[in-house]
Amino acid sequence: MAEYETVGHDVLVIGAGGAGLRAAIAAVEGSGLTVGVVCKSLLGKAHTVMAEGGIAASLANVDDRDNWKVHFSDTMRGGQYINNWRMAELHAKEAPARVRELEAWGALFDRTPDGRILQRNFGGHKYPRLAHVGDRTGLEMIRTLQDHAIHLGIDVHMECTVLTLLKDGDRVAGAFGYDRERGRFRLFRAKAVVLATGGIGRAFRITSNSWEYTGDGQSLAYHAGAALQDMEFVQFHPTGMVWPPSVRGILVTEGVRGEGGVLRNSEGRRFMFDDVPDNYRAQTATDPDEGWRYTQGDKAARRPPELLTRDHVARCIMREVREGRGSPHGGVYLDIAWIKDRLPNAAEHIKKKLPSMYHQFKQLADIDITKEAMEVGPTTHYVMGGVRVDGDSQMSTVPGLFAAGECAAGLHGANRLGGNSLSDLLVFGKRAGEYAAAFAREHGAATVDTSAVAGAAARALEPFDRDTGEGPYQIQQALQQTMQDLVGIVRRDDDMRQALGKIDALRTRAQRVSVDGNREYNPGWHTALDLGNLLTIAEAITRCALERRESRGGHFRDDYPSKDASYGTFNIVIRKATDGSMQLSREPIAPMPDALRAVIAEMG
Amino acid sequence: MATTTVEKATPGAAAGAAPPSATNTATFRVWRGDATGGAFRDYVTEVTPGMVVLDAIHQIQAEQANDLAVRWNCKAGKCGSCSAEINGKPRLMCMTRLNDLDLEKPVTVEPMHTFPRVKDLVTDVSWNYRVKKRIQQFTPRPPDAPDGTWRMQQSDVDRVQEFRKCIECFLCQDVCHVLREHQKQDAFIGPRFLVYVAALEMHPLDVADRVPELKEAQGIGYCNITKCCTKVCPEGITITDNAIIPLKERVVDEFYDPIGKLVKIFSRKRRS
Repeated sequence: MAEYETVGHDVLVIGAGGAGLRAAIAAVEGSGLTVGVVCKSLLGKAHTVMAEGGIAASLANVDDRDNWKVHFSDTMRGGQYINNWRMAELHAKEAPARVRELEAWGALFDRTPDGRILQRNFGGHKYPRLAHVGDRTGLEMIRTLQDHAIHLGIDVHMECTVLTLLKDGDRVAGAFGYDRERGRFRLFRAKAVVLATGGIGRAFRITSNSWEYTGDGQSLAYHAGAALQDMEFVQFHPTGMVWPPSVRGILVTEGVRGEGGVLRNSEGRRFMFDDVPDNYRAQTATDPDEGWRYTQGDKAARRPPELLTRDHVARCIMREVREGRGSPHGGVYLDIAWIKDRLPNAAEHIKKKLPSMYHQFKQLADIDITKEAMEVGPTTHYVMGGVRVDGDSQMSTVPGLFAAGECAAGLHGANRLGGNSLSDLLVFGKRAGEYAAAFAREHGAATVDTSAVAGAAARALEPFDRDTGEGPYQIQQALQQTMQDLVGIVRRDDDMRQALGKIDALRTRAQRVSVDGNREYNPGWHTALDLGNLLTIAEAITRCALERRESRGGHFRDDYPSKDASYGTFNIVIRKATDGSMQLSREPIAPMPDALRAVIAEMG
Repeated sequence: MATTTVEKATPGAAAGAAPPSATNTATFRVWRGDATGGAFRDYVTEVTPGMVVLDAIHQIQAEQANDLAVRWNCKAGKCGSCSAEINGKPRLMCMTRLNDLDLEKPVTVEPMHTFPRVKDLVTDVSWNYRVKKRIQQFTPRPPDAPDGTWRMQQSDVDRVQEFRKCIECFLCQDVCHVLREHQKQDAFIGPRFLVYVAALEMHPLDVADRVPELKEAQGIGYCNITKCCTKVCPEGITITDNAIIPLKERVVDEFYDPIGKLVKIFSRKRRS
C-alpha cells in the first residue's frame, strides 16, 4: 500500500479563492476550532484574482433608490426564476455587510466624491451596484482575504490536489489527495468539509478559466453521493478576446460596457438595439444617446442594450458572426474609444477606469483600446450549476459536506449577473464556514475508511505503470473540443447524443493514459488525474442539457429555441446511482413565500 | 546547481507530435532539473501569431515533455504565477510575446535564480509567504460614520492603490541583488514586502506603526536604491521612488533626526 501522511483539522476547506478563504476565516474566527485550507496553486493565485468588474451589493452609495429588494429581483430575473430564492434573498440582504467588512480588513475600493465606496453599472443590475477597484477587483478581494487569513492560525496546504472525499457511513470524514511538489499522498481527517473549488471551464476549448477549473468540487461531491443541480447552465461570457489565437478566450470585462463601450458588427451597426427581450424592454434605452447618459449616471436614463444579461448578449454576438457580419477573426467589435466624442481626456479616463484591459490589449494584441475597437466573442466563463445545497447553511445532501461559491448551485439560476459572483463568494463562503464549524462542534470525530484510501492511491499511480498509453494532454484537448463543438453555446439533441458517445470513448482512453517522469511536480501526471473530474462534469452537463428541452438563460437549444413555462418549476438534479450511472431527476422548486413574491411584483 | 551543458531532446514520442516545419519554428532552451542539479535542453516548436513564451512552454509540455514543470494560472498577467528568466531577464512568461524576442537564436527559459529550485521552471517561493506573516497586519482607525463605514477621498487612496496592484510574482525579489547575490533573506524582506509595508503605512485608515520593524527586522537599510526591482515590475509599480524611498525617509525621521526625536518626546507621533 502507498504511503501517506495524515493531518487532521476540525474543518477542512478545499479551495482558496474568495469562497474558500472567506469560509476558512468564518470557520476559525472565535470558534476555537482548527481549520485547514487545501489549494491547488500557491495562496493568492486562485481564479478570483481574475475577476475584474466588481462586487454587487446594494450599498446605494451612487443611486439611493437601490436596496436589497431591487438586487434580489434583478438576480431572480437574470436567473429566469429557477434560482434558489432563499439564496437570492440572503445574498441581496447580506452582500453590503460583506463588502464593508472587506474595507475593514484593508480593501481600498474606488471612492465617490463624498468619500464612500464607488459603484458602477453592470449588466442586468438596475442601478450602479458594483463596488470595484478599477478593473482588478478580484485581486483586491483575494489579497484582502489572504492578508487577513494568514494571521488567524489557519493551516494552508498549498499546491495540493484532492483526489477523493472520504466518508464515515453517510457523513463526510475527510479527503485524500497529494502534494503537487513532491507527489506524496496526504490524508486529511476532518469533521466537516467545505468545497470551494470553483468552476468547470477547462471542459471547453475556449474559456476564460485557468487550468485549475476542472470541476473538482462538483465531481468530488457527486462521487461522494451528493446531488448536483442545474449543470446544464454554463455561462458563456459574451466578451472574450478572439485574436491573436494564443489569447482566445481571455476575459474582457463587462466593465468596458459599463463605462460606455458599445458592440458593433462589421457594418458598424449597434446590433444590440435590434433584439431586446420583452422582459427587459421597459428597462432598456431606446437610443444610443439615452444609453450613454445611463453610463454617465443620469438617473432618468435606462441602460443601453449592451448591458442586457450575458446569455442574451452572447447569443446576439453569435448571430452576427453566423450571419456574416462578424469581425475578421470571428468576433464582433467592442468599442470604448468612441467615447472621445463625448468626453474630454477620454484616453486618460479609459486608462484610469480600465487599466488592466488597456494593458492586456496593448501587450497581447497590439491594440490601443483608447484608439481602436477590440475584437471580442463568447468564452466559457462560469457554471451556474453545481452542488445542491441548503440555502441557509450551504450543506449538501451529504451530512458535513458543504459547498460555496461557483461550485455550489442555486443563487444564479439559469444565468448569473456580472458582479454577483464575488458577492456570492463572500456571503456564502461566510455561511458555509460558520455552518461547517457548527457541524464540527456538534459532531465528534469521524472514522476514515482506509480501504478507500488505498484504492484511491493505487488508481492515482496507475498512469506511471503503463508504458504504451496515450498522453493526458491529447485526451484533455479532445474532450475540450467535443464540449466546445457539441455542448457549447448553441445545443441540439443529436449533437449532444454524439457528445455522450464521445465522452464514453474518452473515458476508455483516459483509463489507459500513461505519463512520463516521476511524481515530483509532474504536470503530465496532474493532468491525467484531472481527467476523471472533467469527464464526470462533461457528462453531467451534457445529460442535463439533453433533459432540458427548452431555452433558458445560459442554456440555448436550437431545437427548442423558446422558453417553456413548464420547465420553470423544477431544477434538474443528478445523483450517482448504486450501479455507478448518472441518474437524473426533476426536483420541484419550493414555492416562494408571499413576501418575496410581493417584492418581485413591486419591482416589476 | 545548474550546469551549462545543452542536451538535445529526443523529438516527442507522443501521438501527433510531427516535426515542425522549418519556416515558423523556434528553439527554446529550457532548464530541466531539480534541487540537485540539471541542464538546459533544446526544444523546437511551432510558432503561431501572437504567441507568448508560456504558450510555447505549454506546447512543448503537451507534445514533447509531459512532465515539464511550470506554474501558471491566469495567462493574462493577473496572478503572478509564471515568473521565470527569459533570455536572462526576469519576466512573466504569459506576458512575453515571441515577436519581441529574437527567434533566430534559442530563447532561454530558466527558473528564478533567487529561490531554491524545485523542478524545471518551478521554484520554492515559500520564504515570501513566511515573510509576509511577520509583518504587522492592517489596523484601522475607528469607523468615521455611525454605520461603521469610513470616508476616504479618491486622491488619498490613489497612492496606495498603486502598491495594491502587486500580483506577487516575486520578480522584484528575484532581481534584488541583496537577495539574489548576497542571500540576505534572514535580514531583509525585499522589495515586494517593502511595497507591502508601504501600502499598510500609507493606507488612509491604518494606525499601526511599522517603522521600528522596518529598520530592524525588515532591514530596509540594505536597499541601496539601484531600482532594479522597479524595472522588472510587470505591474509598473514605481517600487523604489514611491514605496522604498518614502519608507527610508520615515526611518530616518524617526531614528536619526535629533530634532524630530525631541518633538516626538513631547508630542504624539504625527502620521501622514
